[in-house]
Amino acid sequence: MRKELRVDPTACSGHGLCAELLPELITLDEWGYPIIAPGPVPRALDKHVRRAVTDCPVLALKLLPAASR
Amino acid sequence: MTPGTTVPQSAGSRWDQPRGGHRQHSPAQPGQPGGLPRLFPASGAGPVDLRTHLSRFTALPYLGQPGQLIPVLKAAGLTGRGGAAFPVYRKLAAVAEAATRPVVIGNGAEGEPASDKDKSLLWISPHLVLDGLQLAAETVSSAAVGLYVHRNDRLQDQLRAAVAERAAAGLDQVPVEIIDAPPRFLAGEESALASRISGEPAMPRFKPPRVFERGVAGRPTLVHNVETLAHLALIARYGPDWFRGAGTADEPGSMLCTLHQADGRRDVVETQLGTPLRALVHLGPGTQAVLSGGYHGAWLPAADAGQLTLSNADLVPAGSFVGAGVLAALPADRCGIAETARVTRYLALESAGQCGPCFNGLPRIAAALDEVASPRPDPRAVTDMMRWAGLVEGRGACHHPDGTVRFVRSALQVFREEIRLHTQGRCADPARRPFLPLPAQTAMDAADWN
Repeated sequence: MRKELRVDPTACSGHGLCAELLPELITLDEWGYPIIAPGPVPRALDKHVRRAVTDCPVLALKLLPAASR
Repeated sequence: MTPGTTVPQSAGSRWDQPRGGHRQHSPAQPGQPGGLPRLFPASGAGPVDLRTHLSRFTALPYLGQPGQLIPVLKAAGLTGRGGAAFPVYRKLAAVAEAATRPVVIGNGAEGEPASDKDKSLLWISPHLVLDGLQLAAETVSSAAVGLYVHRNDRLQDQLRAAVAERAAAGLDQVPVEIIDAPPRFLAGEESALASRISGEPAMPRFKPPRVFERGVAGRPTLVHNVETLAHLALIARYGPDWFRGAGTADEPGSMLCTLHQADGRRDVVETQLGTPLRALVHLGPGTQAVLSGGYHGAWLPAADAGQLTLSNADLVPAGSFVGAGVLAALPADRCGIAETARVTRYLALESAGQCGPCFNGLPRIAAALDEVASPRPDPRAVTDMMRWAGLVEGRGACHHPDGTVRFVRSALQVFREEIRLHTQGRCADPARRPFLPLPAQTAMDAADWN
């Protein structure tokens, strides 16, 4: 099943590491919080996505089944 | 209290005086109990005691086994009356299938300052709500049932007395606990409710998991608005066809609405879905716009509102929704931008402050709206506001940012002429008399989330 990247906004404290590790899918808003490209994660980016998820200092980045909202 | 100045609640408690005024808006239909009101007694605004309740509605119709009510509710087409209008049977079915014993909570937290309908219902017809709780608990095999209501000694004492009355009569299969909701706008949001009842601050959580999967103390939790439970208790007695005797085919039944007239009158009515808005709020030349759906809803120009009915079929295409039935007619001699700015400031303060975009964006949007409400505003205020609106939408754990932005965007649309006046240094109401109700004080302590 394809996964989508989501941020738990209650956990995110705006470190911004995810946008550095995964600029293809994540940009930061003017307050430093991540904006994630919508839709399923492209297969080609799987490795980078997993890295961004595990490296988030507060583990706010989640890889969830698509359309889990 | 002067009509129209509308901070009807005293400081400290948001609503010391439960409101009793209610009217019916549908001609009585032949047969019993066919007409409206269904949830309120036909006359009198005092609490209905158990004996009167049982003589009007017959005994509590337990079905003897779980699940039985689900197809009945599906056929009735009952949707949640807390605002989201989600099909009731689907929540029940999801919780009934859970592997662990679920918790059932009646949600009477009515943080919306413009809404009185849940506290009115709990005050006047507590036994209908308590019936609904028991039937919902039986349907999903729950042994843990709570009723979540704002701190208010008079109402809570009365509810405890109603629960005791039922215990003495041996009516309830599961004891009901009355649980305090903090005086916050978001206290009734489902995941905030689950947090509060689990012993944490009443703040929304990230989903998934949804509350019906993992809610109170990690258990599957069925949360229904108290009005929804009252309808459920009547559908269990009289069936889906009876329920569909009011409302439209797509949006059946009746609902409670809190109406704010342009002359400052405010009351709770029970009306059919599909009722013309002009039959609910007066839309003469004294009214410039109607707020539908409360402070997460949207403004409609009075002329447009006059063509619409109380239904999502009409209101959603117009950018609004039925929500929890708040309708407010803004007088022609008020400033819609100043009103929206005042409420938006309140909404920004009611952010739980957990999510960066909401915490940062809402105060900025509120400040920009204050600027637009001032004489000869900085023209950048609107463009800034629209950018921030885009940045907060869909980025919270709950819908607070989305609802706030819906409200603000609608004001910028509907009050375009007012904005033009402001650019010329003029205003429809330079005195800025407040119209929409807000709590006297906004709770700012961290403790106020508990």
